[in-house]
Amino acid sequence: MKELEIDIDDKSFFESRGFKCGLEIHQQIDTERKLFCHCPVGLTNRRHDAEILRHMRPTLSELGEYDGTALMEFKTKKEVIYRLYRDRTCTYEMDDTPPFLVNQDAVDLAMRVALHFNCRIVDELHVVRKQYLDGSIPTGFQRTMIIGIDGWVPYKGRKIRISQLNLEEDSCREVSDIGHQIIFATDRLSIPLIEVITDADMKNPDEAAEVCRLLGNSMKAAGFVRRGIGTVRQDVNVSVTGGDRVEIKGVYKVGNIKRLTATEAVRQIGLLDLKKMFTGRFTSPEAVSYKEENITSLFSGTANTIGCRLESDQPLKVVALYAPNLRDMINTPLQPGRDFGFELSGRVRVIACIDTKPNLFFLSQKERYDIPDSLWDTITRSLPCETNDDIILVCGPSADVATAINEIKIRIGELADGVINETRQDIKDGSTDFERILPGPDRMYPDTDHPPVKITEERVTKNRDSIQEQLWVKQERWRKLGLHEEQVAALSLSKFLDLFERLAADRAVNPKKAAHYCADVMVGLRRKNVHLEYADAKKLYTLLHRALVEDWPYAHIKAALIALSQSGGTPDDHYGTSDFDTLWKKAENGFATAKTNGSPDKFRRYITGQILREYPDRTADVLEKITARLSE
Amino acid sequence: MNDSNFKGYKGRAKEVLQALGGRVWANVILKTNEGDFDGVILPRSETADGDHIVLKLKSGYNIGVRADRVREIKETSFKEAIYKIPEKEFPFSEDKPNVTLLGTGGTIASRLDYRTGAVIPAFTPGELYGAVPELADICNLETLKLFGVFSENMGPEQWITLAEEIGRQIAKGVKGIVIGHGTDTMHHTAAVLSYMVQNSPVPIVMVGSQRSSDRPSSDAAFNLRCAAYTAGHSDIAEVMVCMFGPTSDKYNLLHRGTRVRKMHSSYRSTFRTIGDVPIATVTPEVVTPIKTDYKRRRDDKDVTVKAVFDEKVSIVYYYPNMRPDIIESLIDNDYHGIIIAGTGLGHVNKPLYPALKKAHDKGIAVFMTVQTLWGYVQMYVYDTGRDMMELGVIPAANMLPEAAYVKLGWVLGQTRDPGKVKEMMLTPVAGEITEREPFDGYLILQGGIPEVEDFLSQRYR
Repeated sequence: MKELEIDIDDKSFFESRGFKCGLEIHQQIDTERKLFCHCPVGLTNRRHDAEILRHMRPTLSELGEYDGTALMEFKTKKEVIYRLYRDRTCTYEMDDTPPFLVNQDAVDLAMRVALHFNCRIVDELHVVRKQYLDGSIPTGFQRTMIIGIDGWVPYKGRKIRISQLNLEEDSCREVSDIGHQIIFATDRLSIPLIEVITDADMKNPDEAAEVCRLLGNSMKAAGFVRRGIGTVRQDVNVSVTGGDRVEIKGVYKVGNIKRLTATEAVRQIGLLDLKKMFTGRFTSPEAVSYKEENITSLFSGTANTIGCRLESDQPLKVVALYAPNLRDMINTPLQPGRDFGFELSGRVRVIACIDTKPNLFFLSQKERYDIPDSLWDTITRSLPCETNDDIILVCGPSADVATAINEIKIRIGELADGVINETRQDIKDGSTDFERILPGPDRMYPDTDHPPVKITEERVTKNRDSIQEQLWVKQERWRKLGLHEEQVAALSLSKFLDLFERLAADRAVNPKKAAHYCADVMVGLRRKNVHLEYADAKKLYTLLHRALVEDWPYAHIKAALIALSQSGGTPDDHYGTSDFDTLWKKAENGFATAKTNGSPDKFRRYITGQILREYPDRTADVLEKITARLSE
Repeated sequence: MNDSNFKGYKGRAKEVLQALGGRVWANVILKTNEGDFDGVILPRSETADGDHIVLKLKSGYNIGVRADRVREIKETSFKEAIYKIPEKEFPFSEDKPNVTLLGTGGTIASRLDYRTGAVIPAFTPGELYGAVPELADICNLETLKLFGVFSENMGPEQWITLAEEIGRQIAKGVKGIVIGHGTDTMHHTAAVLSYMVQNSPVPIVMVGSQRSSDRPSSDAAFNLRCAAYTAGHSDIAEVMVCMFGPTSDKYNLLHRGTRVRKMHSSYRSTFRTIGDVPIATVTPEVVTPIKTDYKRRRDDKDVTVKAVFDEKVSIVYYYPNMRPDIIESLIDNDYHGIIIAGTGLGHVNKPLYPALKKAHDKGIAVFMTVQTLWGYVQMYVYDTGRDMMELGVIPAANMLPEAAYVKLGWVLGQTRDPGKVKEMMLTPVAGEITEREPFDGYLILQGGIPEVEDFLSQRYR
């Protein structure tokens, strides 16, 4: 394969190709209970208490035809297993009880976020169902509602528009997806989530990442949201001129956005080039004269990858698909290290459920596999190839192979359309893989189980009064105080943001120095188990204020801070018994999100580490407490 | 402009629509002082307030806009919702059994109009084939819509029509009958059909859904496939209810019409056989009998239909401190029969005795069932019971209260002679009274117990 190099910093390149990016930020908000039932919010790492099995079936849509995505997911005929947890789920999550009335705390919190982002609040909330057939929600749809519309955030002297802010229920956590069975954990299901949707106002990959960071940090700084791994996920929509909207789903790290969006733009540009090639060569997708041959017998008893797979319990089939005049296109790189053949492989993985890699074997890439040349020679004797022809081998259960062959043909035919409107997943190496065809607005319909919710003007006013100064307003102020960009960014995330504001309010204090302590020094001390966020706030302010006004040397201030944190009393002064529980719960959740299948030993080590971090002294007591809890 | 332009709207919202030229299904720009909204005006639910206009935005989401805010409505286009399901011809094959689906009003299959959110029922074979194409692998299907009523509105008139139609279908030679029915009163209809249609040569299978068919997680298609399979292929010639076994999509249960009851307001696996085990399990491919003592399919067409019902029957659910005026009002209103759902083994309090005696003296048939649902009425154990029998209250063994209620209506439709009524009530017609209760006829697994939790963690529910 030719090497594909992308300069993700080349803003003018992306702008010249009409790069457009919109964001959908999904952020869990901090409520005690779930959105449509009374289950407590929080993840668990316990073994499940029971499982249920379901299937998803597409419903008939407007034209009486199955909706594109719906049909695609039905083709895969997955068994969906839901894991149930006594302390996290009830019959609502099982889709065996209709929804309870929407959690009003969640509505208020979402409304505050919407107001924070300058949205208009809607007069009456209507719960609607957004269909998802991937099984991630047992009902087959997500309950969601618009809270606000037409908001904006300032960015580089212009407004990034926020078209919509929704309140919705979170979906299940995927545990595994192998062959025809997909397993979900239901603990995350129905946790209140807000979705902030921007217009496609970002013009290059840098802007996409920066705006995403601004939106995320604003919500964190305002204190509305749950923190921790998995509490925020962003979907990123990218298109280029001549391309189409492609959604990269579930990006966990904002840091990946720049590379992912750049790569996606390049992939679309590549697909547009392939479109030219394809339409130049074939009058229509039907004009490609494929040939197929069942070559199972060739492989039975052989020792290569395919031969070994044939040894499995299930009777498998091997089919060779002859793809004429497509070899160069299949081998055209679209993302770094990934060619069009990879796109074919992705579709086959999702649609035909053939997911053991490699799931397709290309003659043109035969050096990648352990299939001997003699076998390839036998195949090409019955399916003779010209220089630009290729042969694709598919191995799997008979029905899946038929689906796979069909899907390969469909995907190749789609080359005539250029970019396909699809959802892709972040595969964590900077590139993306096919997930599903993008659902449209036509899969939304009203939730007849829930009445409309009237929002009074008094309620909006009350929520408006309780929102804080917006982060970008703060940031602008900080910049005027002379803080440099890194300090502004670090301060935006710091737990000592409010302390900084108090310090900086005094003209006698050098704001840059104050920011240095609030954004860097004290945050850095946390790593050394010095936790000033639990110190007496008044004492901490007095100390820093005096130190900064009197211009103490750095070493003195640091020593004084450490002393303050230690004189702050025992951990139990910071944490009563119930707070130990809170910490425990937090650590438990953290573990669940980080390692779904951790061993008990790993769990012990993790939770001990997490809790001790919060208790720099009196460790013996705390250890005792932890040991007691673990043995429960 | 006629009223269909304001479907569901009232009050201020309707006034504003009328004044500013807005109408349902129109694509509009709604101008307000705070900003504009672009979307389709949707009909409003009759029960919602009169202050808001419902709009479906381009994103597919709905919102309500306070009518008072609206300054101007600009219609950009208009497209009425189409309430029609495209039909595909249901394929006929010689080697498949002919099954008739009788519709009573519940939606078995439906299609969603995403634009409006309306659920449009699919019922003709062609429509059903479009919605559940797998049916064609099971049988040749004919459909007949008898009426369109919600489950809770089913009553004697519908039961009689249904029983008579079943008779005609059997005479026509169908291999099985499926009845689409709302789930709420499915067990009442199942019981009454068990009495009205006797000696059926073919399966009569009632089916419905607990999750409507417009949802991807619906149980409707699976239920329908199982029911069609049972009707076309099983050898069980009885009135049955065919609904989910576990809440997982695994298999359905075939419950005897007189022993089945809806036991949960919303679970998929809501129907349970009470005081016995179900007749069989069924998937769209196979029926696996659990019981052996069921009536077998025959080749003849010799069915007996006795479609009669006396409506002057009531069911009284006893509670502590019940006053005799409850019974007396039934007497005063000229009721012919009363089923009591009594406590424990079949008891009511003493203050009711004179009223019960009065009822008996007036020739009103009074039968006792148990509100525990499981177990037999046993009125010899305590004095209370013996006293009541002396007043003329007749113990109805282990008949379920609902099964006894419809049976009494059916019996009184044939005779008012007290001796005859008693004899007919206590002679089982279709398993409504059983002589023996098997040890596993009462199994409600108690959650939380270690062995039950262990069982649950090992198996799908």
